[in-house]
Amino acid sequence: MTSIRSTAAQMAEALSAGTITSVELTQAHYERIGEVDSEVHAFLYLDKEGALAQAAQSDAKRNSGEIQSPLAGVPLALKDLLTQKGIPTTCGSKILEGWRPPYDSTVVAKLKAAGVVILGKTNMDEFAMGSSTENSAYGPTHNPWDLTRIPGGSGGGSAAAVAAFEAPLAIGSDTGGSIRQPAAVTGTVGVKPTYGGVSRFGLIAFSSSLDQAGPCARTVLDAAMLHEVIAGHDEKDSTSINAPVPQVVKAAKKLDVKGMKIGVVKELQGEGFQAGVLERFHDGLDALVSCGAELVEVSCPAFDYALAAYYLIAPSECSSNLARFDSMRYGIRIGDDGVRGAEEVMKLTRHEGFGPEVKRRIILGTYALSSGYYDAYYGSAQKVRTLLMRDFNAAFAKADVLVSPTAPTTAFKIGENVDDPLAMYLNDIATIPVNMAGIGGMSLPCGLAPEDGLPVGFQIMAPAMRDDLMYQVGGALEATLLAKWGAPILDSAPLLAAK
Amino acid sequence: MAAISRDDVAHLAKLARIDMSNAELDHLAQEMSVILDAVARVQEVAGSDVPPTSHPIPVNNVVREDVVLPSLSQEDSLSGAPAQAEGRFKVPQILGEE
Amino acid sequence: MALNYDQAVAKYDPTLGLEVHVELNTNSKMFCGCSTEFGAEPNTQTCPVCLGLPGALPVVNGKAIESSILIGLALNCSIAPFSRFARKNYFYPDMPKNFQTSQYDEPICVNGYLDVEIETEDGPKQFRVEIERVHMEEDTGKSLHVGGATGRIHGAEYSLLDYNRAGIPLVEIVTKIVGGTGKYAPEVARAYVTELRDILRSLGVSDVKMEQGSMRCDVNLSLAPIGSGSLGTRSETKNVNSLRSVERAVIGEVIRQANRLEAGERIVQETRHFLEESGQTRPGRSKEQAEDYRYFPEPDLVPVVPDSAWIEELRATLPEKPSNRRKRLQIEWSVPDKEMSSLVNAGLLDVVEETIKLGAEPTRARSWWLGEISRLANEREVDPTSLITPGQVAVVISLIESGELTDKLARQVVEGVVAGEGTPADVITKRGLKVVSDDGALMTAIEAAIAAQPDTALRVRGGNIPAAGALIGAVMKATGGQADAAKVRELLLKHLGQGE
Ligand SMILES: [Zn+2]
Repeated sequence: MTSIRSTAAQMAEALSAGTITSVELTQAHYERIGEVDSEVHAFLYLDKEGALAQAAQSDAKRNSGEIQSPLAGVPLALKDLLTQKGIPTTCGSKILEGWRPPYDSTVVAKLKAAGVVILGKTNMDEFAMGSSTENSAYGPTHNPWDLTRIPGGSGGGSAAAVAAFEAPLAIGSDTGGSIRQPAAVTGTVGVKPTYGGVSRFGLIAFSSSLDQAGPCARTVLDAAMLHEVIAGHDEKDSTSINAPVPQVVKAAKKLDVKGMKIGVVKELQGEGFQAGVLERFHDGLDALVSCGAELVEVSCPAFDYALAAYYLIAPSECSSNLARFDSMRYGIRIGDDGVRGAEEVMKLTRHEGFGPEVKRRIILGTYALSSGYYDAYYGSAQKVRTLLMRDFNAAFAKADVLVSPTAPTTAFKIGENVDDPLAMYLNDIATIPVNMAGIGGMSLPCGLAPEDGLPVGFQIMAPAMRDDLMYQVGGALEATLLAKWGAPILDSAPLLAAK
Repeated sequence: MAAISRDDVAHLAKLARIDMSNAELDHLAQEMSVILDAVARVQEVAGSDVPPTSHPIPVNNVVREDVVLPSLSQEDSLSGAPAQAEGRFKVPQILGEE
Repeated sequence: MALNYDQAVAKYDPTLGLEVHVELNTNSKMFCGCSTEFGAEPNTQTCPVCLGLPGALPVVNGKAIESSILIGLALNCSIAPFSRFARKNYFYPDMPKNFQTSQYDEPICVNGYLDVEIETEDGPKQFRVEIERVHMEEDTGKSLHVGGATGRIHGAEYSLLDYNRAGIPLVEIVTKIVGGTGKYAPEVARAYVTELRDILRSLGVSDVKMEQGSMRCDVNLSLAPIGSGSLGTRSETKNVNSLRSVERAVIGEVIRQANRLEAGERIVQETRHFLEESGQTRPGRSKEQAEDYRYFPEPDLVPVVPDSAWIEELRATLPEKPSNRRKRLQIEWSVPDKEMSSLVNAGLLDVVEETIKLGAEPTRARSWWLGEISRLANEREVDPTSLITPGQVAVVISLIESGELTDKLARQVVEGVVAGEGTPADVITKRGLKVVSDDGALMTAIEAAIAAQPDTALRVRGGNIPAAGALIGAVMKATGGQADAAKVRELLLKHLGQGE
């Protein structure tokens, strides 16, 4: 029997078999959202009318025998930094309040073409800057495992929606871990594809050379199915890879890692990592060994500098990317009293419209790019990037994929780190190197930390354009752990509804 | 210790067109000093022989053909405008230069 | 006592630097598919990319890169084996992203030169103007200032923005400092911009119309005491929009700076604006507290790495150098210097050459284009070449040569073509513009004229040949100007017994 707790693959199958319609499935998800989202606050906007129309259209096509893409009729939640024509898009920022883009992002165009039903837009840290979704101008999202805790960030809304069964699938974006870290702390699967694998056209830029959209799901196979819908070359994105999309669905179904070499990154498991996180990570390693994979230790010394380099490159690019939010052409405008000049109005609008973390990063980036400091900061950070890529190349010469815990800790309490930016930044220590090198990374659950009963994420990193490898390893690991646990990890999470 | 003064932050805020109160400037000056201390370590590791990387994937020469494609309508172009007049974006007076 | 120009250059040595912005004539914009056509309704040639909407990304127009490389080759530059775009960050409302996508330390072409010739007291002299770089960037939108007393920025109540021009491809051509010109700095500046314009026109990469802004020049100038061997502080005079203004701006700045230095004041490094009426400049934004543009490599675009085979392919398509071509055509057509420069300045070389190729006699071809057609174009404030084709002019000239049209009739034909009445043949038919050369018809008119003025006829018979003018005039009038006056004269005199 199909329910909102089914996987996307199961829903797709039921739709094909005609045991449920897309309209029924969509309505069921809106009901669930109605029941739990006042507590979770995963969504910023619901497009019921548009979603039900899309669902009805998908049902009609199916009834008329038209062949549709595998995910046609399956609902999805969209991170609020991808443009969808006519639908409010805020990036979690006050400055974009009320803006309805006049165009579809390529990801949205592909979802629509595939008949995927877009339920609404999910909450996020403002302009994707954060690791907790506390930086949203519209209030934080709560972790379905424990409503007093953060769901990760920046894509906390997407991960929480999937974990709380408000949507089987979601789109996130990952600049330094914004898909993978929320997946880790919510017990879901999140994938950051190889840079250039998914078009960035219509993805509102935080840091252009690091941003990448990707799938959020409850299983590796579901993520793979969504990956194949949104990936592919796009002429509108100069940095889009012009090559066939790796066969990730096929890889996710292989369930075979015999003889594969798994590189365990020495630098990503010691100091700063919670004991329970490391314990569950080792469970994951054991599971892979039990499947016939071989563990090799790899060392990536430049990883120690990745976080510092990231916090120069990302703010630098963001200081330029966010310059366009000036109240002249779209978004809110503050202080236009007919007397003040344009420059003054820009300053007031940007003061009011941006939150503290965004301002902090704009100022930091402005500093790092300014004359006299460029070489020391931005320039040096770009060199660290070269070293990180060299480390990855050396490691991938020894191993097919690399692995680490996704995040150093389980979900922390809302409010715990808000006053300490540096402590907050440490959440991304294991995920950032992947973005810096432009390679692919996946997080999937590897159990609950004994000390707090909260989910732990297992990260798999694959060489550029070999996203299939992480799906292959992820699929096998997931199946092995599921067999061990006897039930999906999300069955251990609170039900939330029925109050 | 990278000491960032309130005046430094004020200059950066001006470049970035963000209005800031003195309290905000002071707070940011302090935070910036801490953050810069933490990130300054990037200067330790890479020698002059290491080239910088700005693009994560090695792709060159992506161009499009010189073909005119449909634009947005004037209505769609102006759809987000906080104010408009005569088919144009209406903005506060632009002062200072020409 | 204020120094005049001659006194100024007797004491101070000017150093020039010229930055020329050229709008390329591609069909679509630099980074998006919006049309570049001039004159559309505001904000109708705009899209998410050139409006800088959140999420939009640029993709480079390949034709713009090709045009830039052609420009570099024509200016004897090296084409960079690796070139990148960079963001130039500064806020201005007519710039949608609040950064300009430009090139910084990795421009597409570097280290070229252009030789120009000027007239000096000692005869023609050649100067080599060295080119530092040629780089690609994008144009800004246009702002309209509404309200206030003058309609200019100061005192405006609000501004209106049109982004149709935003993102139109620009190429900036920057010279190295040009020294050693002495008092000829104004002439060298003008000759350089003229030669550059002609080269760009011959390449077909831009409309190069300075008056319409598709070519804009910034003049950098500094002075140093003669013999000091040092360089002074420079000023940058913006948007000098005609060849004559380039020359005048240099003169104006030399005089202004020299007088400041004489008065013991220092020169401020600043942007100045050229005043067309007075030939002087006035200060704009001061660069003392310079904007910090925070350039960095544009992460949304990938490097341009032209391969050498492609560069050689482009090099092979380079047209004849305009200066060589001018010399060749001047000899072929035997044109005096002054008329040649009129043709060049009016941009008529191509059409005249085409008209001559189509069989027209060179002198007639030149005089029609420079004369009647230019006059009609001036009246209409349009370009002569937009009024009539070289083929049509060649037809008209051939009809004059065969005697089927008089000059007067030919002017009417041209006027008709310009008025949109069709081809020369159409106009001739519709307006009935045929030379009356039928002897019978002419004789009838001659006899009528003699009958009307018997006294005059008598005087002519008596040998007073000049008196025939009145009779000829009457015949011409009677035939509506379509008679061949020489033929009328011949028949009339013969009829009155005065023929040879
Ligand atoms: Zn456009």
